[in-house]
Amino acid sequence: MSKQKINLNVNGQSVTAEAEPRELLIHVLREQLEITGPHIGCETTHCGACTVEMDGMSVKSCTIFAVQAQGKEITTIEGLGDPDKLHVLQEKFKEHHGLQCGFCTPGMITRAHRLLEENPNPTEEDVRFGIAGNLCRCTGYQNIVKSVMAAAEEINNPESAT
Amino acid sequence: MSATAESVQERRAALKGLGTSRKRVEDARFTQGKGNYVDDIKLPDMLFGDFVRSQHAHARVKSIDTSAAMELPGVIAVLTAKDLEPLNLHWMPTLAGDKQMVLADGKVLFQGQEIAFVIAEDRYIAADAVDLVKVEFEELPVLVDPFKAELPDAPILREDIADEKEGAHGARRHPNHIFTWEQGDKAATESVLSEADVVAEEMVYYHRTHPCPMETCGSVASMDKVNGKLTLWGTFQAPHVVRTVASLLSGIAEHNIRVVSPDIGGGFGNKVGVYPGYVCSIVASIVTGKPVKWVEDRMENLSATAFARDYWMQGKIAATKDGKITGLWCHTTADHGAFDACADPTKYPAGFMSICTGSYDIPTAYLAVDGIYTNKAPGGVAYRCSFRVTEAAYFIERMIEVLAIKLNMDAAELRAKNFIRKDQFPYQSALGWEYDSGDYHTAWEKALESVGYSKLREEQAQRVEDFKAGKTRKLMGIGLCHFTEIVGAGPVKNCDILGMGMFDSCEIRIHPTGSALARLGTISQGQGHATTFAQILATEIGISADDITIEEGDTDTAPYGLGTYGSRSTPVAGAATAMAGRKIRAKAQMIAAYLLEVHDNDIEWEVDRFVVKGAPEKFKTMKEIAYASYNQAIPGVEPGLEAVSYYDPPNMTYPFGAYVCVMDVDVDTGVSDIRQFYALDDCGTRINPMIIEGQVHGGLTEALAIALGQEIAYDELGNIKTGTLMDFFIPTSWETPNYETDFTETPSPHHPIGAKGVGESPNVGGVPAFSNAINDAFRAFGLTHTHMPHDHWRIWKTANELGLHADS
Ligand code: FES
Ligand code: FES
Repeated sequence: MSKQKINLNVNGQSVTAEAEPRELLIHVLREQLEITGPHIGCETTHCGACTVEMDGMSVKSCTIFAVQAQGKEITTIEGLGDPDKLHVLQEKFKEHHGLQCGFCTPGMITRAHRLLEENPNPTEEDVRFGIAGNLCRCTGYQNIVKSVMAAAEEINNPESAT
Repeated sequence: MSATAESVQERRAALKGLGTSRKRVEDARFTQGKGNYVDDIKLPDMLFGDFVRSQHAHARVKSIDTSAAMELPGVIAVLTAKDLEPLNLHWMPTLAGDKQMVLADGKVLFQGQEIAFVIAEDRYIAADAVDLVKVEFEELPVLVDPFKAELPDAPILREDIADEKEGAHGARRHPNHIFTWEQGDKAATESVLSEADVVAEEMVYYHRTHPCPMETCGSVASMDKVNGKLTLWGTFQAPHVVRTVASLLSGIAEHNIRVVSPDIGGGFGNKVGVYPGYVCSIVASIVTGKPVKWVEDRMENLSATAFARDYWMQGKIAATKDGKITGLWCHTTADHGAFDACADPTKYPAGFMSICTGSYDIPTAYLAVDGIYTNKAPGGVAYRCSFRVTEAAYFIERMIEVLAIKLNMDAAELRAKNFIRKDQFPYQSALGWEYDSGDYHTAWEKALESVGYSKLREEQAQRVEDFKAGKTRKLMGIGLCHFTEIVGAGPVKNCDILGMGMFDSCEIRIHPTGSALARLGTISQGQGHATTFAQILATEIGISADDITIEEGDTDTAPYGLGTYGSRSTPVAGAATAMAGRKIRAKAQMIAAYLLEVHDNDIEWEVDRFVVKGAPEKFKTMKEIAYASYNQAIPGVEPGLEAVSYYDPPNMTYPFGAYVCVMDVDVDTGVSDIRQFYALDDCGTRINPMIIEGQVHGGLTEALAIALGQEIAYDELGNIKTGTLMDFFIPTSWETPNYETDFTETPSPHHPIGAKGVGESPNVGGVPAFSNAINDAFRAFGLTHTHMPHDHWRIWKTANELGLHADS
C-alpha cells in the first residue's frame, strides 16, 4: 500500500511521518516517532493505554488513523513535564502510589490531565467517571483517584499542598 | 543518653528500611513514559512475527499452503511444524510435565491454536500474510465438557499419547484423563462422613478465567551468529527458567543464552509459562539471522495464553450438631484444556489445592483431583495465586457457608468455633501441611468489630422484613471470609519445576564509598522490588535504601532464581537478601574489630555501625568499613565486601486474612452494589505498608472482577465467547469501590525477617468474600449456593428461580 506524508505537531515539535492510510496513530507514534510512552493494551479502544491528546481532546490513539492526525497537535505523556520539573499529576501519582507496573500510567495520566483541564474542581465521582475509559489491572484505582484529586487540589491551592 | 537515643532513631529513619512507606524508585520512569517494556525494544533490521491460528476447536490439519503469503513483498518466511520438526522444536515440554505443540502437528486442539508463524518486515505485512496462508481442515467432534471426557463416544484429543497408561503424575485411566492426585485418608474420611451428625454437600465451581495483565505477552529474539550468542527479551516472570528451557530445547549452551525480562506490564501468572511465540521468535531469529519480535494482541492473549482456574469441586463437610467440623471430603475435576500447561511445582499436579482445609482445625480430610483434557486453551496457571490456593480457599469458604445454612448457625460464629487456635501452631493439617504461625481469632474479632458485624446482621434481617412487606426491592448480603494462604514455594526437598529446586538468590556488592548493588533471581511486574528489597537490605546492612540499587531479570548478571509468582519473592528472595546482608555484616564485623583494635566479640551492631561495647563513642560505620575493605590491607581478610546467598526455605509461609464485604443486590435488575469492603491482612512483618496497601487494593479488584463477571467462556463448539475486553470483564474506576484495609502482624517464625508475602492474599480472600455476599443476600429465601461469576444476569436469574419476581 502506498504511504502518505503526514505533518503533525507532537509535544510542541513539528514532525513528519509516512504512513499507509490504514496505519494506526499509536503505531506511527511508537514505531516511527519513537514515542513509546503511550502503550498498546488492546488495539480495540477498550483499555486506554494508548491515550494521547489530539487538539485538546483525549483520544485512544489505536482508534485514530495516523492520516487523521494530519495537521493536528498531539500531546503524549512525554509532553507533560520533564525530568527536572515533573507535571503535578506525575508528582502526585508518585506520592500517592497511583501506579504499580506502570503500563497503564502514561495513558492514565494523559487522560487525567485533560480531565483536569476541563474540570479543575472534580468530585471523586467526576474523577471515577472521567477516567473510566482507562483500565488498570494493578492498583484497583483507589490510589489513582487519590492522586488525581491531590493534583486538582494542588493546582487550585498551590499553597495548601499536601 | 536521650541525645544518643534520638540519634539512633534518626539514623534508623534515614535508612528507610523495614516498615517504612518508602516512595517507589520505579515511578520516576513510569510516570514519564520512560519504562522499557518488550514492545518498546527496537533493534536494527528487526522483523515481526505473527501467528496463523485455528478457527476450529478440534480438527485435522489436512494441508497448509503458504505460497500466496510468501509472494507478498516484505514476507521473509513462514514457519510450520514441518520446519520445526528437524530441530525437534515442533513440540515443547510444558512446566507441568506434559508436552505442547509449538505449531500444529497434524491437528489442532483448541480455537486459537498456533498453526504457522509468519515473519515479515513490519507488523502490517505480517498480519496481511497471515490472512494469505490457506489451511485446509477436517473438523472433528469437539469436547468442551470435562464430565463427558470419558464417555464411550468422547473424541480422543491427544492422539500423541493415547496409548500411554502412565503420565507425568501417575496412572491415566483414559486417553482424555491426565492424572489423579490424592491426598489425605480416604477411608477415615468416609467413615467420619457416614457417622456424622450433619453432612453438607455442594458442587462448587470456580470458573475459567484469565490473568489478563495490561501488557500482553511478547518476546524479541536476537541470534548473533558471529558470537554464537542468543539474546531473548520477553515478558518472563521466571527468566532463568526460560534460559534453561531455551537451552534444553535449542541445544544452545546455557552460557550462550542471555534472557532479559525488561519492565513487565503486570503478570499475575500469565507470564510464568513458556509459549509457542517465544519459541518461534527464537527459531525465526536463528533462521533469518535478524532480530525477531513477537507480541500477541489482546484476543490472542485471552484465547491462547494461560487461562486460570476451571475447577469443579464436589465437597462434603461433616460436623457435630453444635457445629464442630469433623471431616472434609473433596473431589475435583480439573479442566486443563488441550495440554496440561499449568505451572505448579512438579510434585503437586493440582498445586496447593490440599490447603483446602483452610483456617480450620479439621481432623480428617481427603482430596482427589482428576485432570482432564478438553478442546480449550492450555494452562491452569496461578492467577495472582499460589498454585491453586485460590481454588482451595474459595472451596472451603463456600463449604463453611453451606454448612452454616445446614446447621442454621451464624457463619461468623461457625468459623470462630473451628479456627486453628493460636496455641496449636505450628499446626499439622490433615492434608499434610505444617502451618507455621497464625492468630486467627484475634484477626477475626478485630474484623467483626471493625465492621459492626452484629449491627449489620440486624440491618439485614430488617431488610428481609421490608422486602417481604414490599417496602424495598433490594436485598443485603454480608460476605465473610477467613482465608489461609500457603506461599513462598518452596523448600527444595518438595518443590521443584522441571527438576529445578525452588530456592532463590541474592548477590550483594558494597561499593567502596558505601553504596550498594544487589541482584536477585526474581523479577518485578509492578510489585516494586527495586523499592522493597532495598528496604530489607537497608535494615540488615545499615546503608540507606536510597543508596542501594536493585537489579533483576538479566540472566547474564543476576544470580539464578526461580522467578516471581506464587507470592514467593518476599518469602524466598527476600530471605536470600536478608541472609546475604547478614554475610556482609559478618565480614564487616571482622573489619570493624580490626579497625577499632578490639576483639570481634567486643563490638556490637547498632543500626548502621559497629560500636565498641560499653564505649559508644568508639565505632565504625558501614560506610567506613566498606571503604576500608577495599583500601586497607587487613590480615586474614580478603579485600572487598560482597556476598551471595542461595536460600532454600525450610517451610512455606502462611499469610492469612479476615475480609468482610457488604453488598446491596437489586432483585429486579440483578445489579450488585458494594457498600463496604473491609480487608484485614496478616502478612507477617510488614516491609512497606504503602506497597502492601496498594497490593491489597489491586488484588481485591481482580477478585471483584472474577467473582462478579470475568470469565473465559466457550460455546458447545469450542468457540471462545469472551475473547476481547468488550466481553471479558475488567472493572473500571466506576464500578470499583474504595476499600478499607487493616492488619495484624504475626511474623513467620522461620523467615529471617518474619515476612510472609502479600501480593496474592487479596485475590485468594477476596473472591470468596464477594461471592459469599451475593449468596448470603438470598440465604433468607432458601438459596444454598449459586455459581460464579455473579454478573447481573445470573443474579437476576437466581432471584427469578427463587420466585422473587412478581411474574416468576
Ligand atoms: S490500545 Fe488503544 S484502547 Fe487499548
Ligand atoms: S499500574 Fe499496572 S495496569 Fe495500571
